[in-house]
Amino acid sequence: MRPPCNPSKFVADAVKEIPPSGIRRFFDLVSGLEDVISLGVGEPDFITPWHIREMCIHSLEKGQTSYTSNYGLPELRDELTRTYYRRYGLDYNPSSEILITTGVSEALDIAIRTVVNPGDEVIVVQPSYVAYVPSVVLAGGKPVIVSTHRDDEFSLTAEALKPAITDKTKAIILNFPSNPTGAIMVKEGLEDIADLVVENDLFVISDEVYECLTYEGKHVPLSSLDGMKERTVMLNGFSKAYAMTGLRLGFAMGSPEIIHSMMMIHQYSMLCAPITAQIGAIEALRHGKDEVARMVREYDRRRHFIVRGFNRIGLECCKPKGAFYAFPYIGNTGLSSSTFAERLLDEKKVVTIPGDVFGQAGEGFLRCSYAASIDDIRKALDRMEDFVDGLNQ
Amino acid sequence: MSNSLTFVPVTNMDEKIRHILEILETDARTSPEEIASLTDMSAQEVSQAIAKLEETGVIRHYKTIVDWDLVGENYVYAVIELKVTLERNQGYQAIAERIYKFPEVRSVRLLSGNYDISLTVRGKSMKDVAFFVAEKIATLDQVQSTSTHFVLKTYKEDGVILHEPETIQRLPVSF
Repeated sequence: MRPPCNPSKFVADAVKEIPPSGIRRFFDLVSGLEDVISLGVGEPDFITPWHIREMCIHSLEKGQTSYTSNYGLPELRDELTRTYYRRYGLDYNPSSEILITTGVSEALDIAIRTVVNPGDEVIVVQPSYVAYVPSVVLAGGKPVIVSTHRDDEFSLTAEALKPAITDKTKAIILNFPSNPTGAIMVKEGLEDIADLVVENDLFVISDEVYECLTYEGKHVPLSSLDGMKERTVMLNGFSKAYAMTGLRLGFAMGSPEIIHSMMMIHQYSMLCAPITAQIGAIEALRHGKDEVARMVREYDRRRHFIVRGFNRIGLECCKPKGAFYAFPYIGNTGLSSSTFAERLLDEKKVVTIPGDVFGQAGEGFLRCSYAASIDDIRKALDRMEDFVDGLNQ
Repeated sequence: MSNSLTFVPVTNMDEKIRHILEILETDARTSPEEIASLTDMSAQEVSQAIAKLEETGVIRHYKTIVDWDLVGENYVYAVIELKVTLERNQGYQAIAERIYKFPEVRSVRLLSGNYDISLTVRGKSMKDVAFFVAEKIATLDQVQSTSTHFVLKTYKEDGVILHEPETIQRLPVSF
């Protein structure tokens, strides 16, 4: 008989280094509970608009189930070129400067792998989406954390960024509008960042997946600034704007050199993004404008509602200008983010995400998604008020 | 014209006004306080805005969608298509007015195509509706012909789906 083995010894060191996601524990806590209201969800509560689903169904009926070009369907890339020219005057060549990916997640992974050599430093702005640090680590890079603060409404300032830059810094990952803070960058602020980037000859991976969910002012793509198009790869997708999360469709826009290199990885790891989702995405870009506007107005109302609610019950909350998250401050209660969130779930059955999951800079805050019905938000706020009142007694 | 309301077209609609109208269109009973919290306004501002929208005829009417079947009132609905002849100097307004004054008539529309006017009629029985059409509508001088289609089932009414709505199954926690 051959001897038994311990399979975990085969797991690579880099994978072992990935810290356990704080979310896992929450998952286990939530499962089995009844009457739970969740503000912990990072996806729209809308179903993909019918005209998009209908187009996907039609394509399946017609038998469109084959591979597409590695870069993605040409019609989809053409439509993206037109869309970004119309929105921002950006001019991306559909045949060499756009890559269709399986969600922004894939685009993020291959963008990082494309630019990072082992030992390169990559600046990650926190609080931020949980995938950035592990993706940098898996590529052999070294994440360097820069924190944003409530006083700046969680926008990134050049002053905060500057000290983090060393001669080993290769790239910066930006995410505005931000998950979890809802922060956006105004043009002047972005210009300051762009100056620093150029001065230090850096590259930027700009995750703009919440672009369409901007409620005050207009979204400014970093690549629309003078001299930034070649230095930036813009990552974006259909999940948030068109409520297509499970269809897994994203894209990257950048210089032909970067996009081609990303395609080199993509062709061997993913081959192409799912064709059904790509066909749905063409329909979304062509005819989805009114539906997006309708969903954005709905989110906007919930945004006002939830922010006013938090401030009423004594949890200070500045008004997020993008995405669909409120990020109230709970530090005054004397509880840490994770204790607050766990006790809130345990005692009042409301799911929120502790801010420190998104980096140390998120300690003292909670991420509360308002991609939930007004009724659920109202109930959650009532329960949170009870909880906070209980703490004060 | 008998129903001339002072209609003031709102151009370049204010975003706040659009929010108020969308909220009320979904649920006309939403209180000014609640609308205020959804739009970052004060309740007083909301009330004033609504009063103005009512005054100017932008908000025409508040109504309730009732499922009469559930209380045992089994109404019968029919769509009636009419061909009409017009008299000199008279457009469709006169015949439309004449028809819409009957309470049995729930909607009146002027159409392009093979027919001129389409009505929705409500009655307590098929006989009721058939008699109403035969006696009151078909006998009008201007009406050339009628074609009655009884409604067997309504799936969606005025933007509201009348059966189980679609629900979305999401993970309770995700990033």
